[in-house]
Amino acid sequence: MTVEFWIVQTFNGLSYGALLFLLASGLSLIFGVMRIVNLAHGSYFLLGGYIALSVIWRTSTFPLALLAGAVAIALVGIGMERLFLRRLAGQTLGQVLMTVGFALIFQDLALLIWGGDPYSLPLPSWLQGVVTAGALRFPKYRIFIMAVAVVIGALLWLALDRTRVGAMIRAAVDDAEMAQGVGIRVPTVSLGVFALGALLAALGGGIGGGFLGVYPGLDFEILPYAFVVIIVGGLGSLPGAMVGSLLVGLLDNFGKALFPELAYFTLFAPMALILALRPTGLFGRT
Amino acid sequence: MKDRRGIVIGLVAVIAAAGVAPLLSAYPLTLLTQAAIVAVLAMSLDVLLGYTGLPSLGHAAYFGVAAYAVGILATDYQRGFLVCLVAGLVLATLTAAVFGLLAIRATGTYFLMITLALGMVVWGLAFRWVSMTKGDNGIAGVPRPELGLPWSMGAPLPFFYVVLVAALVAWALLGLLVRSPFGLTLQGIRESDSRMRALGYNVWLHKYLAFVLSGAFAGFAGVFWAYYNGFVSPVDVQLVTSVETLLMVALGGPGTLAGPALGAALIVFLKNFVSVYTKRWLLILGAVYIGVILFAPRGVPGAFRRNR
Repeated sequence: MTVEFWIVQTFNGLSYGALLFLLASGLSLIFGVMRIVNLAHGSYFLLGGYIALSVIWRTSTFPLALLAGAVAIALVGIGMERLFLRRLAGQTLGQVLMTVGFALIFQDLALLIWGGDPYSLPLPSWLQGVVTAGALRFPKYRIFIMAVAVVIGALLWLALDRTRVGAMIRAAVDDAEMAQGVGIRVPTVSLGVFALGALLAALGGGIGGGFLGVYPGLDFEILPYAFVVIIVGGLGSLPGAMVGSLLVGLLDNFGKALFPELAYFTLFAPMALILALRPTGLFGRT
Repeated sequence: MKDRRGIVIGLVAVIAAAGVAPLLSAYPLTLLTQAAIVAVLAMSLDVLLGYTGLPSLGHAAYFGVAAYAVGILATDYQRGFLVCLVAGLVLATLTAAVFGLLAIRATGTYFLMITLALGMVVWGLAFRWVSMTKGDNGIAGVPRPELGLPWSMGAPLPFFYVVLVAALVAWALLGLLVRSPFGLTLQGIRESDSRMRALGYNVWLHKYLAFVLSGAFAGFAGVFWAYYNGFVSPVDVQLVTSVETLLMVALGGPGTLAGPALGAALIVFLKNFVSVYTKRWLLILGAVYIGVILFAPRGVPGAFRRNR
C-alpha cells in the first residue's frame, strides 16, 4: 500500500462518485417531490448510454451524442410521468411494479436494438490520454467526469437555492399539499423534476459509457448504487446526494481494490452505519 | 369469510394438482413443482406485504441464501437432505435477522429502498464471491435429495409430491401464524402503527419478528428450489426475482395466503408459456406488470393505496 495507491484509488473513487452524482441527484429530487420509487431510473442511465453510442457512431460528435441521449430520455420520462405514474400517486406498490414493468421493457428493447455485446463509447481525442503528475497518471476522461459533475452540481444548487422555480421545488419537497395550497402548480413542478431526473440519469449513462461501458444488465447493476447514495445522503436533499455519491464512490472503489470478492459488500457497511445512527440519511429530514 | 373462500380455492387447486399429476408428462409436472415452490415464496412475502404492510424489495435474498447453502453443501460436501434443509433455514433466518435490524427502522419508501439495497448485497456476494459461489457460472449438478422413501426423488412425480407436501406444511404454518394473536397484531400494525403503539404493543418487535419469519419461510422455499432446479446462480437472488414475487402477491391480492400462491402459479405458467413461443418474453412480462397495475388494481387492495 503505497501513497500512490491511495492517491490513485481516491481519484478513481471520486470520479466514480461524480458519475453516481449525475444518476442519484435526479432520483433524489424525484423522490423528494413525488415520493415515487422509480426502478426504471437505471434504465434511463442505460438507454442514455446506448443512444449516445448510436449518435456518436453516425456523427462522431461527442457532445452532441451526450445531449441527444439526455434529451431523448427526458422525453421518455415526461411520457412515463404524464401517462402512467401520475395516476399512481401514493400507491407505492403500484409504482414499484409499474416502473419495473417499464425497466423490463426497456431492457428487452435495448437488447433487440443494440444486441447483447458490451460497447464502450468512443472518446474524442481531447479526452483521451492521461495527465501526469510526477509518477502519477490521471486519465483525462475521469477528470472530465468530475468537471461535469461539479458544473452540474453547481448549476443545480444555484437553480434550487437562488431561483423562483428552485424555491417552488423546495416547497414541493417540504410539503406538496401546502405548496399546492399557496398556488404552486405541484403537478407541473413534478413533471419538470421527473424530466430533469431522467435527463441527468441519461447524461450520466452517456458519460459513463466512456468508462463503465454500455452493456445489458447495467441498468439493474447501477440502480442499487443510486439507492444507496440516497439512503446515505437523505431523501430529496441535493447536498445529501453530493456527499452520498462521493462516499459511495470512494467506498465502492476501495472495496473493489482491497477486497475484490466482497466488493458489493463494502456498500453494506456504510449503509448499516448510517441507518443505525441516522435512519433518514445524513441530510434527510423526517 | 374471504379467508375461508381462499382456503377452499387453494385446497381445490392442491387436490386437483395432486390428482392430475400422475397423468402429466414431465414438462407440465416440472411446472407444477415450480409453481408449488414459488407459491411458498410468495406466501412468505405476503406475511410482510399483505399482513404487516411492509413492501420488501429484497425477498429473493433469503430464498437465494438458502438455495446457495443447499447448492454448496449438496455438491462440495455431499451432505444429505436434513443437513441442507437445516443449514438453508438457519442461514436464511440469520440473514433476515441481520437485514431486519436495519430495515425495520425505516418505513414506506425508505423501507423499499433499504430492502432493495440489502437484497443487492446478497446478489453482489453471489456474483463476486467466486471462490464460494462460483460467480456467474452458478453451482450446477445439485443432486435430488434421498429422503429414505421407497421412491427415488430423481423421478419428477415423487419429487413433485414431496414439494407439494412441503408447500402444504408451509401454507398450514403460515395460516396458523396469520390467524394467531401475533398475526392479528401484525394486521393491526398494518392498519395503524401509532394506534397499536398507543395500545401498548411493541410494534418494532412485531415487525421484526414478522420480517425474520418471512425470511425463514422464503428460505424454506429456497431449499426446495435448489433441489428442484439442480442449479443455483445469481439469477435466483437478483432484483427481478424479488420484484416478480411482489407481482405474484399483488396479482393474487395481498392479505390472503391462497391468493399470492395462486398468483405465483399464474406467473410461473405464463412465463413458461410465453417463453416457448417468443424470445421477447421480458417485453411481455413488462407489459403484464403494467397491465396488472392499470387494469387490475383491485389485486392491490386499499391498504397499500396510501403511502405515508
